[in-house]
Order: sequence, then C-alpha cells, then structure tokens
Amino acid sequence: MKSSLIKSTVIFLGLFFLYFPILVLIFYSFNENKRVMVWKGFSLRWYNELFNNEQIIEAFIISIKIAALSATFATILGVMIGYSLVRIRKIPFKSFYIFLSSTPLVLPELILGLSMLLFFISLNNVIGFPSSRGQLTIFISHVTFCIAFVAIIIQARLTDFNKNIEEAAMDLGYNYTKVLYKITLPIILPSIIAGWLLAFTISLDDLVVASFTTGPGANTLPIVVFSKVRLGLSPEVNALSAILMFALIIIGLFYFYFNKKFKH
Amino acid sequence: MKNKLFEKYFVFSPYFWLVLFFFIPLAIIFKISISVSEWGMPPYQDIFLFDNGFKINTTFENYIYIFSDYYYIGSFVNSLILALISTFFCLLIGFPLAFYIATSNIRLRNILLVLIVIPFWSSFLLRVYAWKIILQNNGILNVILLNVGITSEPLQLLYNQYAVIMGIVYTYLPLMILPLYGYLNKFDLNLIEASKDLGLNRIKTFFKVILPLSVPGIVAGSLLVFIPVVGEFIIPEMLGGSDRLYYGKILWEEFFVNRNWPGASALAFSGIIILVLPIVIFQILYSRWSQKNEI
Repeated sequence: MKSSLIKSTVIFLGLFFLYFPILVLIFYSFNENKRVMVWKGFSLRWYNELFNNEQIIEAFIISIKIAALSATFATILGVMIGYSLVRIRKIPFKSFYIFLSSTPLVLPELILGLSMLLFFISLNNVIGFPSSRGQLTIFISHVTFCIAFVAIIIQARLTDFNKNIEEAAMDLGYNYTKVLYKITLPIILPSIIAGWLLAFTISLDDLVVASFTTGPGANTLPIVVFSKVRLGLSPEVNALSAILMFALIIIGLFYFYFNKKFKH
Repeated sequence: MKNKLFEKYFVFSPYFWLVLFFFIPLAIIFKISISVSEWGMPPYQDIFLFDNGFKINTTFENYIYIFSDYYYIGSFVNSLILALISTFFCLLIGFPLAFYIATSNIRLRNILLVLIVIPFWSSFLLRVYAWKIILQNNGILNVILLNVGITSEPLQLLYNQYAVIMGIVYTYLPLMILPLYGYLNKFDLNLIEASKDLGLNRIKTFFKVILPLSVPGIVAGSLLVFIPVVGEFIIPEMLGGSDRLYYGKILWEEFFVNRNWPGASALAFSGIIILVLPIVIFQILYSRWSQKNEI
C-alpha cells in the first residue's frame, strides 16, 4: 500500500514537471494584455495578431517547405544506409561508413552548423556555387543531419524482422528488385513513415544549424521566434507556441503509432 | 548481375552525400583552424601558396591562442561542469520515474511512456521559452513563493546558471528516461522479490540488485544528455546571464562577432577532440566490455 503511494506520487510529480511549463505557455497565450506577465482577461487577440503577422506566416511556410523536402531526402538516403548496414555484406571501408552515418547524432549542432557554413563558403570560392546562402543550403544541412536518425530506425526494424522471408521469396523465383519492392519495403514501411516524421520534426525545430546556413529570404520559423524571444517575451509567440505544440504533439502520436506498428 | 548494381546504388548514394556534405565540411574546419588569420574576406590565408614556388602555409597559432587564454579554457570547463550537473539531476529525477514506469502493468506502461516522450516532440525552443515565463520576476514561481511567504520580495530566478540547469534538466529529461526504461524493462522483476525474500532491505536491494543491473541504461542515458549539453547554445542564451560563459556561446561569438574564422574553427575542432572523441572511444570500449561480460 505504502509503496504504491510512493510510486503514484513519483509518476504524478514527474508528469507534472513535464507538462506544467507547456500548460503555463498555453494559459498565457489567452492573455489580453500586451505585457505578457500581467493577466488582464481571456482573449483570442494574440491568435488574431499572429495570423496577420506576415513575417511569422512567411517563416512558417518556408520552414514547412524545407522540413518536408529535407525529411523526404533524408528518408530516402537513411533507408539506403539502414538497408546497407543490415543486408549488404560488402561495404568498402565499412567502419568509415558507420562513422559517417552515426557521428551526426553525437556532434553538437553548433559544430555541424559552423562546418556546413564554412563548407558552403569554400565551395563558392572554388566553383562559384552556391553564390548566396538560403533555403537550398539549409535544406542540404538538414538532410545531412537527419539521415542518421532515419538510418537508426530502419536499421532497428530490419534487424528485427526475419531474413528468411526475403530468402523464401527469392527461392520462389522473385528477383532481387521484386523482393525489395514486394517484401522488404512493405514490411519496413511503418518505420519509413516514422523516420520521415522524425526527420520532419527535427528540421522544423532546428535553430542552430539553420542560423549558420541561412541567408537572405530564408528566415525559418525558429530563427524568427528566437529573434523575438531572445531578450524578452512576446505575446504572439505565446499564441504560436500553443498552436505549434499541439500540432507537433499530434505528429509525435503518429510517430508512435507507426513506429510501434507490426512490432512483435 | 542486376542486384550487384542495385547494392552499389544503395551503398554509394548516401556514401557520396555524407562524404561531400559531412566529412569534407569537417575537414574544412580543420583546414581553416590551421590557417594563418588575416584581415579580409575570407579572413584567413590559403594553406598552400604558389607565389614563389610551392609553400605550405600552416600554423598552430590558433590553438595556442585558445589554450593559453583562460577565457576559452574556462568556458570549456564551465560547459563540462554544466553537463555533469545537468546529467546528475536528469538521472536523479529520471531514474525513479523510469523504474516505476517499468514496474507498472503493461497497459499503463505504454501510456506513461508516450506521455513522457510527447513533450520531447513539441518544439525545443518553445519549451525553453516556457521557463522564461515561469521564472520571470512576476512569474508564476515568484507569485507562489511570495504568497507562501518564503520571500518578501520577488527573487531574481532568471538569467543565472541555476535557470540554465533547470532548462536543461527539463528539456533533456526524456532522453535520460528512455534508455533507462529500456534496460529496466528487460530485467526480471522477480529478482527484487527474491532479494527481499532473502532478507535484504529496500536500500540494500537497491544498491545490490537494481543499481548494478541498470548500469548500461544509466551509461546510455547519461551520454545522451551529456554530449549535446556540452555544446548547448540556445538554453544558456535564453535563460542564462553573464555569470558563466559556456563553450557554445564563445564559439558563436568568435565566429559571428569577432569574425575570427580560424579561431572559431580551432575551437570547434578542439571541441570535437576534447568532448566528442573520448566519448565515442568510451562507448566503443564499453560496448566491447559489456559484450564480454554479457550484461
């Protein structure tokens, strides 16, 4: 009896700690007052202002575009890595391959961002491209560090499922390509979707790498939000937070659904 | 024949991408870090000179500059200490949570697990921003403290190292709980019962049975928190003050404010060597060791 009381208390406090700040943020987004901390009354004023704020809307569209594109590319390349590491025996310089596909997970974003920026500048000096930085350079950087996350998910899924199914299909006369499209791909499809969702969220949420590789006309949502809240508070950002958190949590739930699907 | 081509395509497309956009950029950081800095654009000299015959023009000046100045070393040390403290608190809060989730019944367990991880999906920047609201002088925490009568005037909770630790523990906690749960979930709970039956009390059971069995989870979770925290830039920038300078901030300013590209590159490369490399090596050694000992 006593130990179950401790248990529920610990779990309750833990969840309270995790959700309290989010609830505070949502609560203040309904504050009428321009001064965020002084409660004046319930109002949807800042939601209204948010939808009329062209800078934020534009940044939102840019962010979604970059996130969708880089998630797609990262998923394609990440699936290839996951598949190669589990199913293909002969990989030249395999430990280098593993190093390349896993280090972006551990490297601080700041170092990654700096290296990408210096790379683009050097590339421009040598071949004259990219002449300026912007959405393209953010896209390339996001693909690069999202690949590793997708690769890990696919690798785990492929290690899980039985290779015999593929071999059986081959014995029954399916050729290599057919096995891939008819057997392997459908089995790992939920993980591919999960990987895409994860990459999409990481790209959408990234501030540091985007700050390094951005250029004129490529202010992503986190860059705009950061510039607004770095030194103070912003009622519009409060409204944005409530909407964004809700949307991202829904994406998270989808991720769980797909990542768990077909497991065991 | 055809499948060989297919395999090549699968292996080499991401290989090509990562060499071009990940490995070469790292090499460029190293190259610029050993270049001689100068005024101009770009603010460094080429490392290969061809004017009067071929000459290699490199220097370790940038590294010497960093490691002889307490400003830079101090920020490294501050970041390491910050990461240690934050990891410790994540473990302190995360362990009981992971343990109790792992010992719940299976339905509840899955729901709790999703509930723990879901905040991690919501925007990182906005979760840090939420703490900025909570810790304001007229924020909710100060209001509570004033009403309870703990203080008579609002405390300055924001813009110091404690706010930074708070923000880090909050945002990184799920990263600690997940691997801990992963390992705690695996082990046989009957062991706890058995140890109690054999007469060990709770404290002894914890230290002799539960803790040793969760070492791999503790190591994995601690690394997941420790490594990114060392390079953390956003949280100190939003919640921290001028009382402590951290590695991330110094690197950012060296590049964007001082426009010292070779210096910033040297800082970044030292960061890789000092912070990331030992951890990667540790991880490899540890996984070998645990395979040998079958943990």
